[in-house]
Amino acid sequence: MADTATLDMAPAATATRIETGPRGAKPRKTFSRRNIFLYGTLIVVAVYYLLPLYVMVVTSLKGMPEIRLGNIFSPPVEITFEPWVKAWSQACTGLNCDGLSRGFWNSVRITVPSVILSIALASINGYALANWRFKGADLFFTILIVGAFIPYQVMIYPIVILLREIGLYGSLWGLVIVHSIFGMPILTLLFRNYFTSVPEELFKAARVDGAGFWGIYFRIMLPMSLPIFVVAIILQVTGIWNDFLFGVVYTRPDTYPMTVQLNNIVNSVQGVKEYNVNMAATILTGLVPLIVYFASGKLFVRGIAAGAVKG
Amino acid sequence: MSETYPKRPSQLFRNLSAKIASVPMILTAVVVFAGGTAWTVLYSFTNSKLLPRFSFVGLDQYYRLWAAPRWGVAVENLAIYGVLSLIFSLAIGFLLAALLDQKIRFEDTFRTIFLYPFALSFIVTGLVWQWLLNPDFGVQAVVRGLGWESFTFNPLYDASIVIYGILIAALWQGTGLVMCLMLAGLRGIDEDIWKAARVDGIPMWKTYLFIVIPMMRPVFITTIVIIASGIIKVYDLVVAQTSGGPGIASEVPAKYVYDYMFFAQNLGQGFAASTMMLLSVIIVVVPWAYLEFGRARRG
Repeated sequence: MADTATLDMAPAATATRIETGPRGAKPRKTFSRRNIFLYGTLIVVAVYYLLPLYVMVVTSLKGMPEIRLGNIFSPPVEITFEPWVKAWSQACTGLNCDGLSRGFWNSVRITVPSVILSIALASINGYALANWRFKGADLFFTILIVGAFIPYQVMIYPIVILLREIGLYGSLWGLVIVHSIFGMPILTLLFRNYFTSVPEELFKAARVDGAGFWGIYFRIMLPMSLPIFVVAIILQVTGIWNDFLFGVVYTRPDTYPMTVQLNNIVNSVQGVKEYNVNMAATILTGLVPLIVYFASGKLFVRGIAAGAVKG
Repeated sequence: MSETYPKRPSQLFRNLSAKIASVPMILTAVVVFAGGTAWTVLYSFTNSKLLPRFSFVGLDQYYRLWAAPRWGVAVENLAIYGVLSLIFSLAIGFLLAALLDQKIRFEDTFRTIFLYPFALSFIVTGLVWQWLLNPDFGVQAVVRGLGWESFTFNPLYDASIVIYGILIAALWQGTGLVMCLMLAGLRGIDEDIWKAARVDGIPMWKTYLFIVIPMMRPVFITTIVIIASGIIKVYDLVVAQTSGGPGIASEVPAKYVYDYMFFAQNLGQGFAASTMMLLSVIIVVVPWAYLEFGRARRG
C-alpha cells in the first residue's frame, strides 16, 4: 500500500507540470471504435427514451381509422387536430362531457395557491430554524423530517377527519392545505439549509440596526434567496401538478385535478376507446411539467436533487 | 436566568415571532405526522368499518390481512417490482452516468432526454405505456406486422407477467433521476484517482468496479433510500396502467389501502395494511439512519 501511495505522488506532480504546458485533450480520431460504441449506445438509449413521447404525439394527430389500420410508430398520413379539440372540450368523464379543460382549470386553481402557501410557510419555517432557534425547534424539525418517510397512506385518513372537522373536506382549499403539509418537510429542509449558509454577520448587522423577525425576513433574506425560491417553485409546480393520490382522496368529481380526470377519461369502461383522444389528453396533462422542465434546465436538476432527499 | 437577565421576564415570550411563525410547522409535525400516524396504528387494532369506531379487536385485522389472497398478491408484486426496479434502476442509471461522464459532446442534450420522463406524472407514464403495450396496436402488433406472426409480448393482459409491464414503465420514468444522482457522484471523484489508476495500468472497468463504486458509497446509499421509498409508494402507475388487473394480478399494497379505505368501506383493513407499509419503511429507513447519523456522530 505504501508503494502505491508514493507512486500516486509522482504522477500527480508530473501532471501539474504537464498542465502548465499545452492544454486540451489528446487529439483523437472522431470515428474511433470507442466513440462509435459510446455514441451508438447513447443514441440508441436516447431513441428508446424519446419513443413514448413520439408515439403519443403521432397517435394524437391521427384519425381513428388510421390507428386501426396502421402501425403506432408510423407518422400520421393525414394530420388532424380534432382529437386535441375533443380531448380539451368534449371528452366525457361520467356525466360531464366538457373535456379535460375542467381538470386543467381545477389543477391551476389547486397548484397556484398550493405553491404559494407551501413555499411561504416553508421559507418562514426554514428562516426561523436557521436564524431564530427556540427551545424545542429542532425536535419539531426532526419529527417533520422523519414524517417525510412515512407512507402517505398512513396519514390520509386522519387528514380526512381533520379536514371534515374544519369543513374543508372535498374542497380545493382542503387539497391546498394537504399539499402544503406534505410539501413542508422537503421545502423546510431546503430553505433551512440555504438560510444557514447566509453569512451570520449580515443577520447580526440587521439586528443591531433594530430589524426584527419579519423585517430581516422581508428586507434581507427574501431578496437574497431568489434562486432557492425558483428551485422550490419548480419542485412544487411539477410535484403538485403530477399528484394523483391526494387529488383523488380529497376532492370531489367536479373539483378533480387534471391527472385524476385524465385517468377517468382514458380508463373509463363505457363507449368506444378513442386512442387518439386519449393520447391528446395525456400530452395535454403532461405539458405543464414538460414546459417547466425544458424551460428550467439545470435548475430542475437542482430541484429534484433536493426533492430526492425526501424520496 | 431571570435574575441575571432581568430584561427577559419569561422564557415563553422570548423569540415570540419565531414561535408564532413556526406554528404551522409544529402543527404539521405534531398533529398530522406524529398524531396521524399514531391514530392510524391505534385504529388498526379496531374493527372499524364505514366509520372509525374504537372497539378493540387485537390483531384480528392483521390475521385477516395476511389471510387475504389479494394482499398476498400485492406483497408479492411489491417484492418482485421492488427488487428488480432497485437492481435495474441502479445498473442502468450508473451505466448511463458512466457513459455521460466520458467527456462526450452533447452531454446536456443526452441528459435532458434521459431525464425528461421524470418530469411526467405516473399517470401520464402509465397511460403511455398502456398504449405502447396494447396487444392489438402496440409493440406486439408492430412486430407481428413485420412478419413474425407468433411474436407474443403482452404483459398487461397476462396475469403472470403483468408486474414486469409496470416495471418497464417505471424504469423509463425513474432511471433518469438515478442517472443524475450517479453523475453528480462521479463528478465528485477526484480526477487524480483516474490518473493514478491509468498510470498503474488498471483497465477502466476495473477502476469503476473496485475503486470508483466503493468511493461512491454515500451516493449509492442515498439513491437506494430514494428508490426504496418510491417503491413502497407505487400506486398511481398501477392505477393508470392496469387498474390492478387483469383480475387482481397487479395489485400493490398502496392500492389495497386506498381501496379498502374508500371503496370497500372496511377502514380497519385499510389501517392494518397501511401500518404494514409503515413497518416496511421502518425496516428500510432505520438501518440507513443508524448508519448515516451514527457515522456523523463519530466523525
